[in-house]
Amino acid sequence: MVVDVVLKPEILDPQGQAIVGALGRLGIDGVRDVRQGKHFELDVDDAVDDATLDRLADTLLANPVIENFSIRRG
Amino acid sequence: MRVGVVTFPGSLDDRDALRAVRVAGGDAVSLWHAERKLRHVDAVILPGGFSYGDYLRCGAIARFAPVMEAIVDAAKDGLPVLGICNGFQVLCEAHLLPGALIRNDRRKFVCRDQVLRMHNASTPWTSSYRDGQEIVIPIKNGEGGYVADERTLDELEAEGRIVVRYAGDNPNGSYRDIAGICNEAGNVVGLMPHPEHAVEALTGPGSDGLGFFQAVLGAAA
Repeated sequence: MVVDVVLKPEILDPQGQAIVGALGRLGIDGVRDVRQGKHFELDVDDAVDDATLDRLADTLLANPVIENFSIRRG
Repeated sequence: MRVGVVTFPGSLDDRDALRAVRVAGGDAVSLWHAERKLRHVDAVILPGGFSYGDYLRCGAIARFAPVMEAIVDAAKDGLPVLGICNGFQVLCEAHLLPGALIRNDRRKFVCRDQVLRMHNASTPWTSSYRDGQEIVIPIKNGEGGYVADERTLDELEAEGRIVVRYAGDNPNGSYRDIAGICNEAGNVVGLMPHPEHAVEALTGPGSDGLGFFQAVLGAAA
């Protein structure tokens, strides 16, 4: 199972901005924006239901005040 | 008057916070993250540092420490709780305070003496100051940018829950220059700057921070 967490669009992402700046110095143009996030890979029993997965992402892996998350099973 | 200071793995400023309580004339009590016991304290301080290495998000793991269960319950019953820097981050992660702290907008760790303006001198931690008073205490953080949605910010402002603001240059991009806030009841206060590093002229920019520790002694007496 994979959980991806990214800052909400309205939250400033200074790390993403630093990456955009570095890309410019690398000589790569055309990258308008970068949003940095977190990628979690979980080994989960089949018995764990979707509601539980949602709860673990919502209460620990992500802080819903500032971040959005998406869950992919399998 | 017993003031507890929690030590998490990675706490840095617990010793200074304990000392600040003693300098103010209180009885400083060490609390351990792995114990649920609050040892009959009259107030609790969550100190600065890097609890659990700042893994995942600052304060995200500390929130689940056994001692935090007891603190969350006691805070809801009115126990004065002060979160300083990492302690502020823990209070936000524990939902005792709204909003969150993110990486400084200038992408640098900021360490300097900071001028703050007092906006709510009626909390148990700030009652020895007066509204509008300017104080100088150190700030030192990499992730001190306070953020919340517009509605929450408007609520904080309308209810007088912005306790201190950065005066002059905003060091970290905090929305509305917020340096510290409190909960609805006012007993839970969190701020990024470090009053415990400004309790004596010998070791700090002055003693402007001492008032936080003196205030709570009076409030709980």
